[in-house]
Amino acid sequence: MNPQEPARARPGPAFTLTFDGREIAAVPGQTVAAALWAAGATSWRTTRRAGRPRGVFCGIGVCFDCLVTVNGSPNQRACLVPARPGDVVRTQEGTGHED
Amino acid sequence: MRTDLAVIGAGPAGLAAALAAAARGLRVTVLDSAPAPGGQFHRQPAPGLAAHRPRLPHDRGRGWRWLRDALAASDVTVLTDHHVWVVEHGFTVHALLGPEQRESVAVRAEAVLLATGGYEKVLPFPGWTLPGVVAAGGAQAMLKGGLVVPGRRAVVAGTGPLLLPVATGLAAAGVVVPALVEAADPAAFLRHRRALAAKLPEGAGYAARLLRHRVRFLARHTVVRAHGGRALTGVTVAALDSGGHVRPGTGRYIPCDTLAVGHGMVPHTDLAETLGCRLAGAAVRVDDEQRTDVPGVWAAGEATGIGGAALALAEGHIAGRSVAARLRGTAPDPSTWARAAGTRARLREFARALDAVYAPPAHWAEQVPDGTVVCRCEEVTAGAVREAARDLGAGDPRTVKLLTRAGMGWCQGRMCAPAVAGIAGCEPAPSRRPFARPVPLGVLARQHRDATATDDATGEGAGEATDEGTEEGPS
Repeated sequence: MNPQEPARARPGPAFTLTFDGREIAAVPGQTVAAALWAAGATSWRTTRRAGRPRGVFCGIGVCFDCLVTVNGSPNQRACLVPARPGDVVRTQEGTGHED
Repeated sequence: MRTDLAVIGAGPAGLAAALAAAARGLRVTVLDSAPAPGGQFHRQPAPGLAAHRPRLPHDRGRGWRWLRDALAASDVTVLTDHHVWVVEHGFTVHALLGPEQRESVAVRAEAVLLATGGYEKVLPFPGWTLPGVVAAGGAQAMLKGGLVVPGRRAVVAGTGPLLLPVATGLAAAGVVVPALVEAADPAAFLRHRRALAAKLPEGAGYAARLLRHRVRFLARHTVVRAHGGRALTGVTVAALDSGGHVRPGTGRYIPCDTLAVGHGMVPHTDLAETLGCRLAGAAVRVDDEQRTDVPGVWAAGEATGIGGAALALAEGHIAGRSVAARLRGTAPDPSTWARAAGTRARLREFARALDAVYAPPAHWAEQVPDGTVVCRCEEVTAGAVREAARDLGAGDPRTVKLLTRAGMGWCQGRMCAPAVAGIAGCEPAPSRRPFARPVPLGVLARQHRDATATDDATGEGAGEATDEGTEEGPS
């Protein structure tokens, strides 16, 4: 079941963004993290040292585990940043910078 | 921008205070980091989702409708998407504009009320960094705000009253919840039954919902390991003995793609600490009027002790009335808020009882293997923390941090501080973070430049100059 159903959500028209080159659907009001969860993704970062996968942990912008690269900018907190049509979301490897 | 009272946090405490102060003639500005007021407790689906029944079964909506309507009818200014990073004496409240957080604005105020709430404590165990393992409150926040869930089958675990609405909320949203794993001992509830009696109907309601959704309630159990390679595939849970040790041979495997886990709440005290407010334990210390020991600074809600939304409302109401009187130069008459004070006393006693009942397993720290990551940001293991304490002589969390980098990462120890202290075997210490959240260096540089520029123009001290320099916000 889509959790939008019990809340009787009637969001505006869905739009697409890409996650690591794959098109995924999002609706207005969703954060990047919400759009990724809705698309079945739970990790979109690898850690700087061990290269381990990470995704949402605290869900409220405190833990910084859900960092992701959005439209070329690394270190965006996916749980805070709203998803926008055409966003190019990429898994953030390490610091997200070439180094 | 200038205001009489700046309220930091638009949850129940902040809104109750704002309404009480505004009703008594004060100009009130509320700043909150979220896109809409309500705080974590009253988090609503994002407006874009157009939820026609935003009240999911886990959220009792009456209180929120009252607050929302009272706010709409009031003169209170609410600044959402404002991430307050520091409050300067005098007072200037500096906030980053979110979600980009590249610009900062300032609000000048005669008085400040800290209603910064709390955040979740999660203690480590093997596998807790796997994708699919989320903070219980985080799963709830994503569900309430984004109407999304992380998977199809979720175990809810840890300890604390929050686990009940998280489990029933996820189940009502269509997630299969095979078990609610609670470390607390049911015998402890019996010992505190008098203080907890008032909440029995609420507890019974949750019990009925757990039953309806076929959620198995495993009391005096704990998650000993989360399994999976690149993502969670299941958890092993085990029973605890009366001393809080895992009982050997009781482990059982539960397949799941989500683990929502939490071990209670921690008060958000960064802004209070920067202002120099004295703490009582982990919370901001306040008097009967909700005043901190710093003149002009009040605090209410979970920043002053974890106790729930109803307590936050009572404390906020008292704080708002106190501010209104004090800013007029009069002493308030506490008999005018006797009802709120009675509620506050009753709910604080209730919170103490809950605190005594809900506790992580007594020996959780011993059960964390050396190889388990404790500091999620800096990837510092329990073994490294133990080595710092045992072999290198670190006797406090700060020394452990300097030796291991635990707590030095993006979250500044907000996630790992209780775990690091527990595993190192030392008392948790106030963090003394200068800023309440990461601030871009460019923002800091502009503050300095603006202050200096105004200095040159007016010849006044930098302390005076900052307000003019930043009042409009750097462009």
